[in-house]
Amino acid sequence: MNKFLWPLIGFVALIIMLGIGLNLNPRDVPSPLVGKPAPQFSLPQVHAPEQNFSPKDMLGQVWLLNVWSSWCVSCRQEHPVLVELAKRKIVPLIGLNYKELRGDGGIDTDKINPATEKEQSVERAAGWLKQHGNPYTLSVLDMDGRVGIDYGVYGVPETYVIDKAGIIRMKHTGPISPDVFSGKILPLVTELSK
Amino acid sequence: MRRWLLAVALVCCAFAAQAKEAAPIAADEVVEKRMVAISDELRCLVCQNESLSGSHAELANDLRREIRTLIKDGKTDAEIMDFMVSRYGDFVRYRPPLNGTTLFLWFGPVALLVLGLVVLIRYLRRRNDAINDAPLNAEEQKQADALLQSKDAAQ
Repeated sequence: MNKFLWPLIGFVALIIMLGIGLNLNPRDVPSPLVGKPAPQFSLPQVHAPEQNFSPKDMLGQVWLLNVWSSWCVSCRQEHPVLVELAKRKIVPLIGLNYKELRGDGGIDTDKINPATEKEQSVERAAGWLKQHGNPYTLSVLDMDGRVGIDYGVYGVPETYVIDKAGIIRMKHTGPISPDVFSGKILPLVTELSK
Repeated sequence: MRRWLLAVALVCCAFAAQAKEAAPIAADEVVEKRMVAISDELRCLVCQNESLSGSHAELANDLRREIRTLIKDGKTDAEIMDFMVSRYGDFVRYRPPLNGTTLFLWFGPVALLVLGLVVLIRYLRRRNDAINDAPLNAEEQKQADALLQSKDAAQ
């Protein structure tokens, strides 16, 4: 046997491992919530601020929860996909508007009282939807991001697929590309809707 | 000179007064200490190579506030850790628990070290065995002497 064989095997193994490491997406952190019931909440709706929405209202249906905000740049990237999804009426899409005012670095929310914050959040969120098109069955306001924490949100946009029993079946972090939608989300939704 | 000193003293006072104004975040020192200790153990998911205690990301702020609230609610450190892990996964912990997926992480480096030592020891033994200790026979002794003498002569 050649005395260079083992070092060569070791080197190739190292290259393969480094190659795999480089191709992993460090932002793709597996969510411990997949397979668990969607955390409950009750939040005011953007288009009906005096009414609250809660995930249990959706029991018996497969639905998507999409975390978005008007200050979120990558949300604009995925928005056409969502609008298309809504047009084809594939699956109900609920929007979780994440920290509409507080997430926007330019606004000092310490100086705004809660009522004004809600008013301004509604105004901004509804305005953005009017401008870009509204794919959501409804959107709710998570003004302080507390519900976002329960869902393990760490970068908007994020999307959750929730089944008829209210169990989270998938989480996608980052904008939904047409490929992700037709390759990952759509097959799962079809499967779950059976 | 005196006037100068006075001016310096006044400026210092002004700074001291300002410094005091920033304090209320750390209203309760005990809570704050525990919060820092816990968040030192947690990874900030937005800027992944920073700890939660050292990060200026918006989410890190929210999570630190959340930890403060949990501490004030009388939760133990373990319960707070569980709170974080149940939402963000084992990845948020700088010291992940020992389980199937983290086995390589915990023992990989030790395994590689042991493997390296085994290879090194085997190589050294083989090299030792290769050294021929047999005494020279008469013919070889003569050759060796001749070589040594010619070297002496050259000097």
